[in-house]
Amino acid sequence: MTAPVLSLTDVTFRWQSGLPDVLSVPAFQMQPGERVFLAGPSGSGKSTLLSLVAGIATPRTGHIQVLGQPLSQMRGSARDRFRADQLGIIFQMFNLLPYLPVLQNVLLPCRFSRARRARAIARDGSVEAQARRLLGALGLDADDLLRRPVTALSVGQQQRVAAARALMGAPALVIADEPTSALDADRRLEFVDLLSSECDASGAALLFVSHDQTLASHFPRRLSLLDINQADAQSGSGVTP
Amino acid sequence: MTVLSLARRSLWNRRGTAALVVCSVALSVALLLGVERLRTEARESFANTLSGVDLIVGARSGPINLLLYSVFRLGDPVNNVSWASYERIAEHPQVAWTVPLSLGDSLRGFPVLGTTQAYFTHYRYGRDQSLALARGEIFDGIFDAVLGAEVARRLGYDLGDEIVLAHGTGAVSLTQHDDKPFRVVGVLERTGTPVDNTVHISLEGMEAIHVDWRGGAPIPGLSISAERVQSMDLTPDSITAVMVGLTSRRAVFQVQRQINTDRDEALMAIMPGLTLQQLWDLMRVGENALLAVSALVMLVALTVMLTALLTGLNERRREMALLRALGARPWQIFALIIGESLLLSILGALLGVVLLQGLALGASGWLSGQLGLTVTLWPPTLHEMKILAILFAGGILVGLWPAWRAYRNALTDGMAIRM
Ligand SMILES: Nc1ncnc2c1ncn2[C@@H]1O[C@H](COP(=O)(O)OP(=O)(O)OP(=O)(O)O)[C@@H](O)[C@H]1O
Ligand SMILES: [Mg+2]
Repeated sequence: MTAPVLSLTDVTFRWQSGLPDVLSVPAFQMQPGERVFLAGPSGSGKSTLLSLVAGIATPRTGHIQVLGQPLSQMRGSARDRFRADQLGIIFQMFNLLPYLPVLQNVLLPCRFSRARRARAIARDGSVEAQARRLLGALGLDADDLLRRPVTALSVGQQQRVAAARALMGAPALVIADEPTSALDADRRLEFVDLLSSECDASGAALLFVSHDQTLASHFPRRLSLLDINQADAQSGSGVTP
Repeated sequence: MTVLSLARRSLWNRRGTAALVVCSVALSVALLLGVERLRTEARESFANTLSGVDLIVGARSGPINLLLYSVFRLGDPVNNVSWASYERIAEHPQVAWTVPLSLGDSLRGFPVLGTTQAYFTHYRYGRDQSLALARGEIFDGIFDAVLGAEVARRLGYDLGDEIVLAHGTGAVSLTQHDDKPFRVVGVLERTGTPVDNTVHISLEGMEAIHVDWRGGAPIPGLSISAERVQSMDLTPDSITAVMVGLTSRRAVFQVQRQINTDRDEALMAIMPGLTLQQLWDLMRVGENALLAVSALVMLVALTVMLTALLTGLNERRREMALLRALGARPWQIFALIIGESLLLSILGALLGVVLLQGLALGASGWLSGQLGLTVTLWPPTLHEMKILAILFAGGILVGLWPAWRAYRNALTDGMAIRM
């Protein structure tokens, strides 16, 4: 059996010492290529979980493994490199650098990671070809649009550009933090379907955070953070282990 | 390298604010360096108000007092130098030349100096420059006058004009020497020294207007006409001071001591360069105040930069989070901000130097004409290099705080993109 793409074991995390734990996850796993819909009330720690998975925050205790690599034991710079190589990240909004044109924004991951650059070239011949292929698949192929500054794009277009960027160079795992909350209802479904099919096509696993339950049915696996998180910070009882 | 090129584009995207910061740094650099240049230049040119003169001899008082009245025509001598002493000094074996100076009269507030033609040969100012005539010639007759550039300009006199000197040095003058008017025969080029404000006449002319005077007032009933005075012996009894040139510079201390210890008359000899330096030192406070103000201006410019960086930081928080998500290291975020502040200071400094250079080129004619200052700008002196180095250090220091904040944000913001 292949190693899980993501595996959390006995992970606890708090933002500041003295504050109660925000997260306490005994076990959570994702298989390669798996698409997971993660819901949960506001403030329950969804974004925090993604920070841990991305290696931007480090757990207080426990282990996080991505592709079998112990993320939580890596040094800071190794974590940064690993993130650049293996993760695609989509934020809720403002995903793009305003001073770069669309195509340059999409190419960014290949600037930060040789590995992704190599994979993109292996698959499509050049990084630019891959960027154009992904943008085309996400419905953005007009040449003039690619040269436009990103500030001249609609929010929906910006999110699709962000999706294309996250998928550049075939990362093993794409994490998306409420990427549809700035879109209107029909655009949301369209976006989720495009993102899903492109993740399937490149073999990337997708961890999709949202509290929009109408999207849940588009994912083979759905769960609520409350199911995997045993920390009870929200109730305000001040649990300190 | 990636981060560097992104930083460049990011800065270009904010070029409006960046340009303002660069301009404020540039202005402060131009001001600071300009003040610094003018300060050293002014000190040097002041020290060279009078050069080529080895000693100035006058009645015994304070050295600065003697310098003030003999060179700057400020204040009054406590006493005169007798003609006999003057002749004795002139005959001293180590004295190459002497120029007698006789003061005390004025032309509508401008001092009148009675002297000899040797004054025009030996007077040196600035970088060994001699006095030059703008038009006309040096006085020859008893009632000839040569005007300093400023006197001619302010009073509107030109060649051939008749002028009437007044007794005493007040602006609202007392008794006029209107029985013996003078004629303007020459006007000097501007020098930026007290020479510009002086009316030069011959020693004989000075004596001539005073032959029928005694003790500061006309002798009642005695009036000697301008024609009759020509045939009289016009050697003065005394003069105000003497400029002395020596055969050898090395003799200066020896001659100075001999004059200072003269037994016949209470005389004093000063070395003008040295005393000018002492006088300048008295004005150090003003000089320092000037420097303090320009240092403050630099501080303000750095504060402007700090403000711009901190405001920019809030706008760029999501940019930083994005870069982090893409794999940028926290130290790269730190370097980004520090690098930006350093780049802004370097650009500001360069622009400031160019600006000052341009200004100096444009104003050099005016500066040398009006103030007698020759401002050269390149290469910068060691001192100016220090100022620039301090600015760069300040730039880094100013970048430190925002950079540290960005670094902290990068570590604690996590995944959320905060506004
Ligand atoms: N950078 C931070 N520093 C300190 N506390 C934080 C930070 N980010 C989040 N928190 C706290 O951690 C808890 C979980 O926040 P998180 O952002 O993970 O929630 P969320 O589930 O993503 O909520 P939402 O659905 O509103 O985005 C909250 O109580 C929040 O106040
Ligand atoms: Mg969130």
